[in-house]
Amino acid sequence: MITKRIIPCLDVRDGRVVKGVNFEGLSDVSSPVELAAYYSDCGADELVFYDITASAEGRKLFTDILTETARRVFIPLTVGGGINTLEDFDRVLKCGADKVSVNSGAIKNPELIGEAAKRYGDQCVVLSVDVKRTEQGFTVFARGGRDNTGLDAIEWIRRGVENGAGEIVVNSIDTDGVKGGFDLEMLDAVCKVVNVPVIASGGAGKPEDFVTLFREVPDVTAGLAASIFHFGEVKIPDLKHYLKDNGILMRI
Amino acid sequence: MTGIIDYGVGNLFSLSSSLAAIGAETVITGDCDVLASCDRIILPGVGAFEDAIARLRAPGLDVFLHDMASSGKPIMGICLGMQLLFEESYEYGCHKGLGLLKGKVVPMAGVIPEGLKVPHMGWNSLSIVRDHPLLRNTPDGEHMYFVHSYFATDCEDSVIANTDYGAPLTAAVGKDNVCGAQFHPEKSGTAGLRMLKAFVEM
Repeated sequence: MITKRIIPCLDVRDGRVVKGVNFEGLSDVSSPVELAAYYSDCGADELVFYDITASAEGRKLFTDILTETARRVFIPLTVGGGINTLEDFDRVLKCGADKVSVNSGAIKNPELIGEAAKRYGDQCVVLSVDVKRTEQGFTVFARGGRDNTGLDAIEWIRRGVENGAGEIVVNSIDTDGVKGGFDLEMLDAVCKVVNVPVIASGGAGKPEDFVTLFREVPDVTAGLAASIFHFGEVKIPDLKHYLKDNGILMRI
Repeated sequence: MTGIIDYGVGNLFSLSSSLAAIGAETVITGDCDVLASCDRIILPGVGAFEDAIARLRAPGLDVFLHDMASSGKPIMGICLGMQLLFEESYEYGCHKGLGLLKGKVVPMAGVIPEGLKVPHMGWNSLSIVRDHPLLRNTPDGEHMYFVHSYFATDCEDSVIANTDYGAPLTAAVGKDNVCGAQFHPEKSGTAGLRMLKAFVEM
């Protein structure tokens, strides 16, 4: 049967990998190409690159890095950040991305999901959602977690899948950077309404958090994390062996 | 020289990069004359069966592939490229394939247990059912990366490996010089590279 996936996420700005705590106070970590190759070699099941560059120069630098990464890394590569149009899909797919993740771009233009799914196939379109608890319940936030859209997250995700999103990345702003474990309650609510793979993001601090994630919310397909991998606090081969020893299906 | 058939279907960047990584020389082209001079051929493919077979037929690549198969040179189809090798596909209607292998391509919905997600996407392990040079470097149980909603069936004489997704699904096929993989070796890490190496040494 299909294994659960462990996915390191690389936030890239101006050609370097960065990771914020609760999206603020970014700190430089390493070269994206080297880090990607390292993760691929040590058993990561997939990689996610987020381009958090604002400038056109930075964007060019990002696509160069993407091309170089895709030339050296032979596992699935998902790319997100600044994806607002079909041309953006085209730009990153041509550089070797396998899947493209949309977030704020889909909030601004919800048609984008359906148009991209039609042109590139559902399996290529990943809907990424930043979710935070508000008085209204689970609410979608845009622009890296800064803007409250007022959208109900569960309904937004359900509609996204209906329109053709082939995979969902759910990032909990409440648990992100806190390292206290994944947002199980929110993930469970998401898994109940969709039948496509759900990738959990935000909150991983130790190997036990991944065991809890896959045991408590068995419909979750993958666990995504950044800083705990980049800073070497959790090593991917150790994590995967630990999960396998705990009865979670893993590719070793 | 390994020829990768370019017929406007899917992205060939990862495939050519992975072949470069194992030191194989490649040419990406849709030109039958250039392809005919290659030692072996890879037929890639992502997307819909009907569109893909039409794109192969228009420039006569279907005839070329039949000639290539008869010549004994190795041919490998990947993902949709593997499905195209069969007689027919039931993806949105019924469409004739290349017919280089016996069997047909059908939706997995209805065959796999209810509740399992379609497409079958992610890393799954191989159960090898028959020896073939394509799997020379691939141990039983090796994980490969799959993304597909249809699978080949009625292909007992060519199946060389299955994968389990609630039901056994054809994962790799090989009959003499014509072979294929449902999974993406170019996305299956070192395991995939080892299989590509076995192909270029066939």
